[in-house]
Amino acid sequence: MKFGVVVFPGSNCDSDCFHVIKDVINEDVEYIWHDSDEKLTGFDCIILPGGFSYGDYLRAGAIARFSRVMPRIEEFAQNGGLVIGICNGFQILTESHLLPGALIRNKNLKFICSDQYVKVVNTNTPFTNLYKEGEVINLPIAHGEGNYVVDDETLKQMIQNQQIVLQYCDKYGNVNDETNPNGSILNIAGICNKEKNVFGLMPHPERSSEKILGCEDGKRVFLSIVNYLKSR
Amino acid sequence: MLKAEIFVYLKKSISDPPGIAVLNSLKSLGFNNVEKVRMGKYIVVYLNENDIEKAEEQVKLMCEKLLCNPVMEEYKFNISEE
Repeated sequence: MKFGVVVFPGSNCDSDCFHVIKDVINEDVEYIWHDSDEKLTGFDCIILPGGFSYGDYLRAGAIARFSRVMPRIEEFAQNGGLVIGICNGFQILTESHLLPGALIRNKNLKFICSDQYVKVVNTNTPFTNLYKEGEVINLPIAHGEGNYVVDDETLKQMIQNQQIVLQYCDKYGNVNDETNPNGSILNIAGICNKEKNVFGLMPHPERSSEKILGCEDGKRVFLSIVNYLKSR
Repeated sequence: MLKAEIFVYLKKSISDPPGIAVLNSLKSLGFNNVEKVRMGKYIVVYLNENDIEKAEEQVKLMCEKLLCNPVMEEYKFNISEE
């Protein structure tokens, strides 16, 4: 089982993801430079990590979306490969239309860096199958543009197809305006595509995958991927 | 040489947090008749091109491909001789 972590200029959570895959869940992992045009053979899951700067001048993820590796990732996803985009990775996935919608500036205009309760509303995905439905977990968020927007018609389809995977909430699982840190429509923190093999989320599961970091609620995202791949 | 002035702005249906912050600030300065503020981007592209029609086509493509995200934004542009 092999993971690939794409490195864009400006990625800063690439090492964290690499470390979690290699040292925490003990799977094979390799970095992939964003300018690589090589076919993504031999990989089971590609991670687009969080970070900054690359394309932020225009829109977060807008320039990264045209990196040479992106057509390869699109091809990989179309063939059923698993792709997970975390924070800036999520922004890149919406910019490249691998996921619907877009991410705009946080409602309060502040860069938010804090722990956040998140509800797992769909466990029927390769990325969340080891959580309990409705389970409240604690994941760190760190973003300035995490306010998820999408048109009404697409949102309706997303609800029908159960594409909403994570929602911001409080520790009791209440999902409302008071428990919404950035203004996301329906408190959306993470979504997947119709086929469920592409997942994007603003919170950072890789930063909460070890007890030494205070919480390991995020680890099950990566273990879910392994679980899914093993049972396939 | 042609100069394309491109305006990219959020669709009407999308909320605009920076616009709301500026609106509130204008109101606090006493401009109480300001009803709405929308913030956008102003991008200038200089083209080594004399054919305006050709430039229009190119700028449209630039907007649709990179400068504007059609999911949340709209655009308009003017082309003039520099």
